[in-house]
Amino acid sequence: MEKSKSQARSRRTKKAYELRLYVAGQTPKSLAAFANLKKICEEHLAGQYDIEVIDLLKHPQLASGDQILAIPTLVRKLPQPIKKIIGDLSNTERVLVGLNLREQK
Amino acid sequence: MTPEKRDKQRVKLLPKAPTGIPGMDEITSGGLPKGRPTLVAGGAGCGKTLLAMEFLVNGAIQYNEPGVFVAFEENAEELAQNVASLGFDLKQLMKQKKLIIDYVRVERTEIEETGEYDLDGLFIRLGHAIDTLGAKRVALDTIEVLFSALPNQGILRAELHRLFRWLKDKGVSAVITAERGDGTMTRFGLEEYVADCVILLDHRVAEQVSTRRLRIVKYRGTLHGTNEYPFLIGKHGISVLPITSLMLNHQVSRERIPTGIKELDDMLGGKGFYRGSSIMLSGTAGTGKTSLASALVEAACKRGERCLYFAFEESAHQIIRDMRSIGIDLAPHIKKGLLQIHVARPSQYGLEMHLVTMYDLIREFKPSVVVLDPITDFTSVGSELEIKFAVTRIIDFLKVNMITGLFISVTSKDEAADQSVVGIFSLIDAWVNLRNLESNGERHRGLFVLKSRGMSHSNKIHSFYLTKDGIKIRAMDLVGPQTEFSTT
Repeated sequence: MEKSKSQARSRRTKKAYELRLYVAGQTPKSLAAFANLKKICEEHLAGQYDIEVIDLLKHPQLASGDQILAIPTLVRKLPQPIKKIIGDLSNTERVLVGLNLREQK
Repeated sequence: MTPEKRDKQRVKLLPKAPTGIPGMDEITSGGLPKGRPTLVAGGAGCGKTLLAMEFLVNGAIQYNEPGVFVAFEENAEELAQNVASLGFDLKQLMKQKKLIIDYVRVERTEIEETGEYDLDGLFIRLGHAIDTLGAKRVALDTIEVLFSALPNQGILRAELHRLFRWLKDKGVSAVITAERGDGTMTRFGLEEYVADCVILLDHRVAEQVSTRRLRIVKYRGTLHGTNEYPFLIGKHGISVLPITSLMLNHQVSRERIPTGIKELDDMLGGKGFYRGSSIMLSGTAGTGKTSLASALVEAACKRGERCLYFAFEESAHQIIRDMRSIGIDLAPHIKKGLLQIHVARPSQYGLEMHLVTMYDLIREFKPSVVVLDPITDFTSVGSELEIKFAVTRIIDFLKVNMITGLFISVTSKDEAADQSVVGIFSLIDAWVNLRNLESNGERHRGLFVLKSRGMSHSNKIHSFYLTKDGIKIRAMDLVGPQTEFSTT
């Protein structure tokens, strides 16, 4: 679950959407978040995204960089501004709003 | 088991984490509960962050307990700047791996909630910081920020429960700060999570005088003072004024200290005052009280002892100049660092502020003689009762530390004691009264020893002269048979 296939495929090409998913081990919430994220990305951002998954149990020192409090947290690093979306991403609408792919209701 | 035995056992079983804050460890019987969380609540600017920071800094420096400061409102740079003026070098401590400041920034507008989550991120960060240092102390300042930032209160509250259990499991002594609520102890009810020890800080302004107060609302398993204790944020941080520490079983000295005037020593059983005693010098204005005090101070400094002179009416320069005219030169002792004259107007701050300031200076300078000149000026900032309490506290503090205290009181008539000081008569060990006398068409000064515990003393009024070669005292018989004394 470390690197997504899309990132391996297009390592040199900078994608419009750079996403980082912070998890803490392979908990049900974390797995759900990843699954939901992939689904949403494939559906709305096909070919334009990069997902990096960071497991804080393995790299705890990375939590402070992006100011991570809640798990799971999805950080949209690009495009700017940085957006943080917390939760298992089961609420697709909210995720799209968070990623700015939908008008805020 | 009797209640006393049970209490004693409890106090033994409950380990404490000393705060290192003067006065604080006394009123908590040793410090904050070790390995447990303490809640510190107060309004804005009350000193909560400083208390938490001092707990950690002192823990790191004095008790070899590294700490993690989780800051939700200010970043490490800002915190370091704020406490730099108090002599805390946070950057140095961080370099020495004794302190970590973790700035947790939560931005409500950045966060979109999209399903189930927990606060594991916080736990991991905190755990990582604690494990990196082997930290034994943690401060969370102020975790309430999460309440405004995270939309789901249910999850937040559950996670807070988990956090405090987790902190206990980690065995760290934690200080949690919170804002005072309107009618509730804290705005978001943090007191339901932190039940071991709760401290309230208060910052009041009454009649243009500001006072800071601290109160231990709750401290499970410990005998604690439940009163409000005034405290001060001085140049070394927080200083708390403990209630009298005198159990009336303090040590007394048999040593006598000379007054600097041989005739006065003679009047005092031949040897002078007892060290560590409380001495009152009273008299109307201009009778020579400051001169007498200065003579004693000079004698002490000449013996190499340190003296602290609190002047509430005259400036240091004035005192030095006036004393020079009677042959007492205080300037060289100041230069040598044996004498410090601290000047303050009583109306400058509240009575308690004065007390804490004096405590601080006494603790720092460690004098063997302290002079308060005069104490009667405090009637402008306190009632009779308050002044009595304040003087009692200072007397206790000095006695416990075996410091000789000289209290000067200005009376309005030629009575031995003014209304305001009558109440403390019993606390004073020795009392010398100065008055104006008239005889043979001349005015001169008179002195007599009203009381002096533990020694035989003269009960005759003596004549007292301020000459350029110093103070001279002569028995009244030499003055002449037609002596009359009149009052001014």
